[in-house]
Amino acid sequence: MNLKLQIKDFTMKILVPVKRVVDYNVKIRVKPDQTGVDLANVKMSMNPFCEIAVEEAVRLQEAGTATEVIAVSVGPAQAQETIRTALAMGADRGILIQTDVEVEPLAIAKLLKGVVEAESPDLVILGKQAIDGDNNQTGQMLAALLGWPQGTFASEIKPEAGNIGVTREIDGGLQTIKLNLPAIVTTDLRLNEPRYASLPNIMKAKKKPIDEKTPEDYGVDVTPQLEIVKVAEPPVREAGVKVETIQELVDKLKNEAGVLS
Amino acid sequence: MNTLVIAEHDNQTIADATKKAISAAIALGKDVHLLVAGENCADAVADAAKIDGVAKVLKADDAAFAKLLAEPLADLVVSMADGYSAIITAATTNGKNFMPRIAALLDMPQLSDITAVVDANTFERPIYAGNAIQTVKVSSATIVMTVRATAFPAAGEGGSASVEDLTSTGDKGISEYVGEELTVSDRPELTSAKIVISGGRGMQSGDNFTILESVADKLGAAVGASRAAVDAGFVPNDYQVGQTGKVVAPELYIAVGISGAIQHLAGMKDSKVIVAINKDEEAPIFQVADYGLVADLFNAVPELDSAL
Repeated sequence: MNLKLQIKDFTMKILVPVKRVVDYNVKIRVKPDQTGVDLANVKMSMNPFCEIAVEEAVRLQEAGTATEVIAVSVGPAQAQETIRTALAMGADRGILIQTDVEVEPLAIAKLLKGVVEAESPDLVILGKQAIDGDNNQTGQMLAALLGWPQGTFASEIKPEAGNIGVTREIDGGLQTIKLNLPAIVTTDLRLNEPRYASLPNIMKAKKKPIDEKTPEDYGVDVTPQLEIVKVAEPPVREAGVKVETIQELVDKLKNEAGVLS
Repeated sequence: MNTLVIAEHDNQTIADATKKAISAAIALGKDVHLLVAGENCADAVADAAKIDGVAKVLKADDAAFAKLLAEPLADLVVSMADGYSAIITAATTNGKNFMPRIAALLDMPQLSDITAVVDANTFERPIYAGNAIQTVKVSSATIVMTVRATAFPAAGEGGSASVEDLTSTGDKGISEYVGEELTVSDRPELTSAKIVISGGRGMQSGDNFTILESVADKLGAAVGASRAAVDAGFVPNDYQVGQTGKVVAPELYIAVGISGAIQHLAGMKDSKVIVAINKDEEAPIFQVADYGLVADLFNAVPELDSAL
């Protein structure tokens, strides 16, 4: 018997979508033909905001609040490694919806809606954005499709019976809202600091199950709707001059750049 | 078919970011309607009607819209979306929150954070933290997009738009506003300040930010920080300048003790003049700085303070 589960007056099942992206330390290169970013032989990792989402779900499980944590990814066969990372951090099982198409956020949200309908989680925690497309859309779109409330850019969450308090990072500071469950939460940086998976947990993760699915299983057409005309390098900013003293700096800002009066 | 812009406001005045999004909307070449949803928002509506280029202001005054929560606002916008070929808002935390909900309810894709209007269906937006610029063509029935405010000039004053009252679609009650803890500051807001002075990990502690604040007060500047400084707990997240924080483009940006990680550069490299103060002469920040000073910030900043 699990004593923790007995004394909790509520428990929840959590779904955590995770994305495989270019590692955040990699300096990306635009392809010379301007069709996209060169991903050949580039180190790939779990999107940092997704790591925060997995961490939060695993902490809720360790606290006895979550009964099961399921990691799901939409992507190529290699996205399985990203799911394994989530399993090594503590998720219980995985679902890979395999496709080689670069799926747009709306179609990802439709696929995730299918997963939610099959798994009936009480809470879906996602990263607020992926560091490749920088869209910041999927969580909000999933909430819309499900008719669920959304707590985006969370820096703190407090689940209770039937609802969840979410503190959000907003432009002027912090905002706290209360959402009925089931709900969608997207993570911001300060929610937690993700753990590194230990070697024993990495080994254990290899035995955890990953279901393999396709977009067709959910009846979702993942054909992109937006046409990428080109992907270009941003304009390069030239390095300027070094100054030797504060006096010289202030002088140049006043008399050369004209930005100080 | 017209273009709808969703306003951000405090029930009194229309946010600067919205005026910039209106400039992007005008570039699409259609009539621009501005939705002001709020509670007791008559003053904001009056402010909206004066914006140059706005043909009509749509007013939705109801407690449901007091805090622009995504759930009731999205329902309102979807109820009135017919007749609009584009729905636009500024990419503020509010806009980023509610816009994808609207897009999905309309079954339309969204473009986030556009930085240029190429033509009525084609737009530029940064990807990979601004390390690449994507040109995207939209063929959906409704263009749904958020606008990076720093990339557009603010629409001016001088308009006299008509005002139409909308019927509230109410609130389903699945989300509830509890409270806010706003950073209290007499300094200008980061994204609209003419001068920004930011500190990085080199500041060593939150207390040391007082030396930046002193300079900021002399210059009328806003104070920002790198993600490293936020991660280290020196300052709150709303100070963060960078791809995962705020994007700024002031006249003058002073980076103090900031190494210049890609993610930080993405948030400030469109500033007109960049100054870097760092004791490490190899720091990447010097590659984008117009004026670089290799010095210990704990000497240089107080010296700057007294030189002003």
